[in-house]
Amino acid sequence: MTGAEAVLKGLETEGVEVVFGYPGGAVLPLYDVLYTSKIRHILVRHEQGAAHAADGYARVTGRVGVCIATSGPGATNLVTGIANAYMDSIPVVAITGQVPTTSIGNDAFQEVNITGITLPITKHSYLVKRAEEIPHVIREAFYIASTGRKGPVLIDLPKDVQVEEFEVDERAFTRAVRLRGYKPTIKGHALQIKKAAALIQASKRPVIYAGGGVIASDASPELRELAEMIGAPVTTTLMGIGAFPKDHFLSLGMLGMHGTRYANYAICEADLIIAVGVRFDDRVATDPSTFARNAKIIHIDIDPAEIGKIIRPDVPIVGDAKNVLRALIERLKGVDLDFSDWLEVIESWKERYPLRYNPKDGLKPQFIIEKINELAPDAIIVTEVGQNQMWAALYFNYKEPRTLITSGGLGTMGFGLPAAIGAKVGAPERTVIDIAGDGSFLMKCQELATAVENHIPIKVMILNNQYLGMVRQWQELFYEGRYSHTDLASRTDFVKLAEAFGACGMRVERIEDVAPAIRKALEIDEVVVIDFRIDREENVYPMVKAGSPLDEIIEDEEGVVEDSGDLCGMEKEGVVEVVD
Amino acid sequence: MVKHTLTVLVENKPGVAARVTGLFTRRGFNIDSINAAITDKPDISRLTIVITSEREGGERQLEQITKQLNKLIDVIKISDITAYDSIERELVLVKVDAKPERRTEILQIVEVFRAKIVDIASESMIIEVTGDEDKISAMLTMLADFGIREVARTGKVAMIRGAKTL
Repeated sequence: MTGAEAVLKGLETEGVEVVFGYPGGAVLPLYDVLYTSKIRHILVRHEQGAAHAADGYARVTGRVGVCIATSGPGATNLVTGIANAYMDSIPVVAITGQVPTTSIGNDAFQEVNITGITLPITKHSYLVKRAEEIPHVIREAFYIASTGRKGPVLIDLPKDVQVEEFEVDERAFTRAVRLRGYKPTIKGHALQIKKAAALIQASKRPVIYAGGGVIASDASPELRELAEMIGAPVTTTLMGIGAFPKDHFLSLGMLGMHGTRYANYAICEADLIIAVGVRFDDRVATDPSTFARNAKIIHIDIDPAEIGKIIRPDVPIVGDAKNVLRALIERLKGVDLDFSDWLEVIESWKERYPLRYNPKDGLKPQFIIEKINELAPDAIIVTEVGQNQMWAALYFNYKEPRTLITSGGLGTMGFGLPAAIGAKVGAPERTVIDIAGDGSFLMKCQELATAVENHIPIKVMILNNQYLGMVRQWQELFYEGRYSHTDLASRTDFVKLAEAFGACGMRVERIEDVAPAIRKALEIDEVVVIDFRIDREENVYPMVKAGSPLDEIIEDEEGVVEDSGDLCGMEKEGVVEVVD
Repeated sequence: MVKHTLTVLVENKPGVAARVTGLFTRRGFNIDSINAAITDKPDISRLTIVITSEREGGERQLEQITKQLNKLIDVIKISDITAYDSIERELVLVKVDAKPERRTEILQIVEVFRAKIVDIASESMIIEVTGDEDKISAMLTMLADFGIREVARTGKVAMIRGAKTL
């Protein structure tokens, strides 16, 4: 068996059905065996697209996504995609070609030290020196990527190793992985669970703060069961959207910098935070010193390094979210808990401070998302990064996990289109919509070719304000409206661009054309790009300034609500900032 | 400023030291010394890392970096042995100016510190000294008067006293 054949055999054994890649000199032997393989290969148009597609595929299916690139520039083009998967804990195996072992270190043609470059952005990596290592390396890579706190693993394969013949021990492909330095804690400590249950029983105003970890461990049913059983409200991070149905009466929607008022107020007023699969990121704990200042904190996470990194919890529980939540449910079964007074307070906030926008002045992005929600309620939504991402997070009604695919930690513009391709490949029966901005879309628009050529009928809906919208919003609010290099107004014609790639392009400028265009896009079995010309200077609200407490909320003039002043024990002044 | 001595057992594989040291840089720690060598088990290496945390909240930072180190697949075990009663040693080679008329003085110092002269030339000699941090720095201060030409240090190695092992 050759090294390349062993790679393929390894991938097949791991149950890989599809890989996303781009060939080149140093992966020729691997591509040669792929030529006749039953594994589907999706040829992207840029390696970053392969990494994002593998990432999108993994998010939708819960399985490991695989991408392949050649050495040198092929490998470096994967880097952003690998970092993206690392930040969001997505299981991806990236395979790169490398110059022959005899040339490594010689600055050979298309040589980079990719294991070195990706050291801080991979969960683990391998530089394979001998073909006989391949069976267990593949096995370990998939095991490491998909267990514990998930993440990307890179396998660097020198060209001579790919062609090297070796005596294969078939059992190596299926042998159980044993790594003495890697033993993730799955089960929560019984004493800690007991303590957590006691805190819940002693609390009057609990809030469950759930994140991507709940989705990663498929713990949505447990989350819902616990929330309903104890009757506690649930807010999710951006990464946790879908872990809890947004239209559930206990749902507070998203919290944080662009979270709902009521979610942020609930965090400020809570006396107990049950944090599950979250990391108190700075887009949520905008000001860690005041975050949940009246609350005790239970922190459940599979990664011990997340416990106490930003906020010291009162009860830390290291373990898998599903396992720990189940244990908490068992512990609290039959316990009489009543948080109805608290839920009433929350209900009054919900009534008083709903998400709102001013529907006047042109085509509003929020309205478009609402229409998408109406016409494609079961779609998988993929987003780019920026305003489009926040509107998509706030205005679509997510009901189940793995229906919002978005770049949370790294905030990678250009993620959406290739990730949508990966998502659609992973869930071909689902409608997959990439909610894009004009800036992000242009960063990876060449992947339209990938979608069209492989017949992956995704729908790209560009909220086109001809600005780098989120950055412009910050310039408006914090840099005196000095729009330094954020005006993307150009003669770029997205309809023609779509058509040039063989996709269907549409432009929508009037409110009444929104629904018909979306309907048409959903009906035709083709890649569609809709260029929605939205109100150029629409902002994302509510907003909490970076570094500010969560109850210092900015809204636009029309959105400002008279504040009662009794929130979070704050003085009336300063609770709500009005933007002039 | 608190000095910490960490001993880290790792897989004896290429690139492991880079993984470990990379983490310290990323989390804002300076490494004072690092020693890496194979153990009695050929597939396990032992690193002894001395770090000083200067930033506020250094202890918390140290806890964080210990946890991050533990996440590395190739790290088998990490222990902060600072608080333990332990034996700490470093070996240093010092090349000093040693004109014939000053050799006797140097020899006396070498004797007091129970060091060794391992090379001698017409104008210089190499002294080998082993000891803990205090002894090494005292020795180097004394030798500075003669003119130090070159110093090579192994970095600290350490082991907990008694039967307890890592």
